[in-house]
Amino acid sequence: MSETKKTPLNAAHRALGAKMVDFGGWDMPVQYPQGIIAEHIAVRTKVGLFDVSHMGELRVQGPQAMAFLDWLTPNAVARLAKGQIHYTAFLYENGTFVDDLLLHKISDDEYLLVVNASNIEKDFAWVQEHAAAWQVTVTNESDATGQIALQGPLSLEVLQPLVDIDLSEIKYYWFAYGKFQGLPVMISRTGYTGEDGYEIYCPAASTESVWNAVMAQGQPLGLIPTGLGCRNTLRLEAKMSLYGHEIDDTTNALEADLGWIIKLQKGFFLGRDELLLAKARGLTRKLVGFRMLEKRDIARDHMNVLVDGLVAGHVTSGAPSTTCGINLGLCYVPLASTEIGTRIQIEIRGKACEAEVAATPFYKRAK
Amino acid sequence: MYPADAKYTKNHEFIRPLGDGTALVGITTYAQEAMGDVVFVDLPEVGESFEAGAEFGTVESVKTVAEIFLPSSGEVVELNTELESHPEFINEDAFGKGWLIKIRLAGDLNPELLDATAYAQLVAEESH
Repeated sequence: MSETKKTPLNAAHRALGAKMVDFGGWDMPVQYPQGIIAEHIAVRTKVGLFDVSHMGELRVQGPQAMAFLDWLTPNAVARLAKGQIHYTAFLYENGTFVDDLLLHKISDDEYLLVVNASNIEKDFAWVQEHAAAWQVTVTNESDATGQIALQGPLSLEVLQPLVDIDLSEIKYYWFAYGKFQGLPVMISRTGYTGEDGYEIYCPAASTESVWNAVMAQGQPLGLIPTGLGCRNTLRLEAKMSLYGHEIDDTTNALEADLGWIIKLQKGFFLGRDELLLAKARGLTRKLVGFRMLEKRDIARDHMNVLVDGLVAGHVTSGAPSTTCGINLGLCYVPLASTEIGTRIQIEIRGKACEAEVAATPFYKRAK
Repeated sequence: MYPADAKYTKNHEFIRPLGDGTALVGITTYAQEAMGDVVFVDLPEVGESFEAGAEFGTVESVKTVAEIFLPSSGEVVELNTELESHPEFINEDAFGKGWLIKIRLAGDLNPELLDATAYAQLVAEESH
C-alpha cells in the first residue's frame, strides 16, 4: 500500500481540530469540531469552505483537443463556449464508468478536466492511451494544483472582496480567470452540494494562504470549515452521483439516470454503441431516490433493497437528511418499480423496513 | 477524561455502578467522537435481560451505525427517554446526560472489563 497522500492544507485541517480519515488513499478531514450536522446547515443557510485539493486536474491541449474529447466523452463538447463547463464522464466501450468529471473549455484547443481523487492515475492513463492517435497532449497537473470550494448562499459575499473580477458575472457552470489578492487563480461557479458557490483553483503552494484569507473574510458571516462528511449528505440531498456508489464499472450511464449527459445524437463517442444497444433492448433497472417511512429506520450504503420480498438491488448511498428531516437514499430498482410512490423495502440488520420511491433531487435550492 | 468509577469494554461502552445494585450503561466519549453527530438511538424494552456481551441496541450517527453491547449481565430497569428527542446528548455529554440504559446487575460486574487507566491506554493505542 502506498503512503497516504496529503493535500497542501493537511496541517491547516489538523490545526482546526479536524477528524482525519483515509478517503481513497487521501488523508482528508471528515469533519471539524462543530460536527457534520452544523457543517451541513452552514452550507445550506450560510457558507462553508471545503478542501477539494485532492481532486485531479488533467489538461488536454492541441489542435484536435475538441474533436478528441467529443470522441472520448458522451456530452457535447463541441457545443461548449469558452469559459463554460459541463458534467460528463469517461465511459468504457460497454457503457459503464471509468469516472465522472467536470470538463472546462478554455479554448477550442485547450480543456481542463477535473476528475475524482481516487481515479487520477486510472483516468490519466485512460486519456493518454486514447490520445495517442490524436494531435493532443495530456498533462496531469493534479499535484501542482490546489482547489478549495466555497459553498452556500453567502459565497459571493465572502469571496467578492478578495478577487478582482465581478463574481456575479460568472454564471452557474461557467468559470473565469482573475486575481485573488494578486495571485492568479481560476474561479468556477460549481460545486457538489446543491448550493450556490465557487471553486477556486490555485497553485498548490498558495492553497493555504488562499484558504486562510477566505476563512478570515468569511468568519464574520458565519463561514466554517466543512468536511467530507457533510459533503456526502449535501450531495446526496441534491442527488449528485458519487463514483464508487451510484456509478462505477458495473453501472451504465443510462440506468444511472444520467441520460442528460449522454448525447447519442452527436455521433460516435466511446461507449455509444453499447448504450444504443442497451437502449434498444430496454433498461432493466434504474437509479431512484427513496425515503424511509419510519423515522427510526436509516438506510446505509450496501443494504439490500427488497421488491415483493425479494432482493432487487442495493442501496448505493443512504443517510439521514438534515435538510429534509427524513432518512433517504439512492438505489437501483427494476424498471417496474421506478415510479414515485412505489413501495419498496430496505433490509436493515435483518429486518425489512418500509420505504417508498421519492422524487429527486430531495433538495433543490430556491433560485 | 474517563471517569474512574466506571468500567469499560474494548468496544467502547461504559458501565457505571450506582452502588444500589444498578448501573448506567452508555458509550464512551471516544466512541461518540468516532461516530460523529448521533441522530437516533434504538434501545431495548424495560424488563428485558441480556448476558454480558449481548447486543442490546444501536446508535446511529449521520454517517454510521454502531451496535451496542452490554458490558455486564443484567435486566433493563430504565431507558434514557430524553434521547428520543435529544440524541445529541450523547455527543455533548456521553458519560452524563447521554447515558443509554440503567440495568439491575445480575451478580458481580463482568471481571473482563477494563478500568479507566487500561481503557485510556486502549484508546491511545487505537487513535494512534
